[in-house]
Amino acid sequence: MRTRTDRRKWVDALNGYLFISPWLIIFLIFSLISLGYAVYLSFTEYNLLRPPRWWGLEGYRRVLEDELFISKALPNTFKYVLIVVPIQTFLSLVLAFAMDQNLRFQRFFRTIFYLPSVTSSVVISLIFIWIFAPQGIFNQITGLTVNWLDDPRTAFYVIMGMNIFTTSGTLMLIFLAGLQDIPLAVYEAAEIDGANGLQKFFYITVPMLRPVIFFVVTVGVIGCFQVFDQIFVMTNGGPLDSTTTITYLIYKWAFRDTRIQMGQASALAVILTLIILAVTLLQRRVIEGSGSGAER
Amino acid sequence: MAVTTSSPQAQVYARTVFFDRLRKYLFFAMLAFWAALSVAPLYFTLVFSFKPVADVYTPPIWAPIPFTLDNYITILGTFQLFPRWVWNSVFISVIVTAFRVLFCAMAGYAFARIEFPLKSFWFNLLLISMMMPGVVTLIPSFLIIGPGLIRGGLQLGDLRIPTGFGLIDNPWGVILPGMADAFGVFMMTQFYKSFPKELEEAAMMDGSGRWGTFFRIVLPISQTQLITLALLTFQGAWNNFMWPLLVLRSPEQFTLPIGLQWFRGEYYTLYSVILAGSIFNTLPILIIFFVFQQYFVRSIAATGSKEG
Repeated sequence: MRTRTDRRKWVDALNGYLFISPWLIIFLIFSLISLGYAVYLSFTEYNLLRPPRWWGLEGYRRVLEDELFISKALPNTFKYVLIVVPIQTFLSLVLAFAMDQNLRFQRFFRTIFYLPSVTSSVVISLIFIWIFAPQGIFNQITGLTVNWLDDPRTAFYVIMGMNIFTTSGTLMLIFLAGLQDIPLAVYEAAEIDGANGLQKFFYITVPMLRPVIFFVVTVGVIGCFQVFDQIFVMTNGGPLDSTTTITYLIYKWAFRDTRIQMGQASALAVILTLIILAVTLLQRRVIEGSGSGAER
Repeated sequence: MAVTTSSPQAQVYARTVFFDRLRKYLFFAMLAFWAALSVAPLYFTLVFSFKPVADVYTPPIWAPIPFTLDNYITILGTFQLFPRWVWNSVFISVIVTAFRVLFCAMAGYAFARIEFPLKSFWFNLLLISMMMPGVVTLIPSFLIIGPGLIRGGLQLGDLRIPTGFGLIDNPWGVILPGMADAFGVFMMTQFYKSFPKELEEAAMMDGSGRWGTFFRIVLPISQTQLITLALLTFQGAWNNFMWPLLVLRSPEQFTLPIGLQWFRGEYYTLYSVILAGSIFNTLPILIIFFVFQQYFVRSIAATGSKEG
């Protein structure tokens, strides 16, 4: 009997590892080893031609003294996150709330709202380049004559608006699922106590949705800090570096510049990871902290 | 009519009804406005893809007048790279999806059902890796797929072990890192944990081993979940940009998004053709989306509620 359970244990251990092995191999190579190697590279000078040369913190020093990083990529990235995340979160929450009011055509709206998220980032960027061209449809409809994507004052906002537009549909569906989990009895109780619509939204919906809001904000923050595709396609970081973000700068240093600097780019990637980690933790404290008065 | 003549309570009631209705209309107007906005870019793209190249900024913007099929003829006939890009996209997306669904189901099943050493250690690593921003592993992953972490390989005595796959400009270089991912494994693990064991245990009693049970019982019962994961994966692979951009170098190897972006650089005056090409990139996903709509909604709902 003993040997049989022992044998069973061995078979289970073997099978367990066999079952996870495809994922594990890919995870080890492309996540764990890659992460370790990225950290190592961040302490080296590496241009692909000669082997990496250890230079300690020099790469980090150069990143922190880099004009493009300090005066463009860093503030641009924070500006992007601080504008896009709150707007897309609030907008999608309001849309989900509106849809949850048992209005007619709910299914229809749900389908339509998800359409922009189905389209690829490249395609939607190509479409927006055309819509926001000087003679494009946007100027035709509004009667404006702004050269949206060639003007450093407007280009970044067009990209922000586009990304809010494309992600809100998905986030709205996440919120809608969360809303439908809130028991109706809670709303009914509030109605009996004389709460109006706005009060119900801010005193019931928002607090009850706190975990979902946390999730949506986290996903938004992580995604927004890494915005790349749209910038690559629409502006290449320009005009006048007004749309250069950290991820775009990493790409530029590691793959695009004539003088490739993979070490320095890795240092920036590590810095970005630390920033994202710090912001995620901070935001967790804020969202959970603000709920200390409420239940849950 | 009772309302007009009536008591204060009834007046309050009438007012509530009025505001209720007003609110409903306001909400409806808001939803309708956002719906119009959501459709607009795709609608305009469709309209102008049927207009001549010279009319790419010319009104009317609401209907394809004058109508032409030239742009579609260009991308399907004259411009021979385009069908190749479609094929490359299909090839990569289908293979990535097939592998990822299978591998995530296998790992998810093991994490939910089988006891093996260090299980919780690996699962915690998996959870952490879900939070890790992808850009940090970009450069090493590129080196591993391409020239190798160490140029010329790792020298162990007489043995020279390559540290890279040499798959630059090869579709398998795009496919390989996409074959499994943490989120998919996590999703399948959660699913199998919530699923009753009885069916599998009965099969195991009847003498099927783990593998037999997995392929004959477990995979079929998790069909819905597998389709959901497949759709998410396919959409991601089909629309993927940054990684294929780094790996694929020659125009014959491009996927559709890379190709369209490249085409714009080469022939920026032919914007109508780009719009027609965009329709080709969007249409397959759109069709899949309409056919499997409830699965998409499920998958998105799942991503949100699980974390909470």
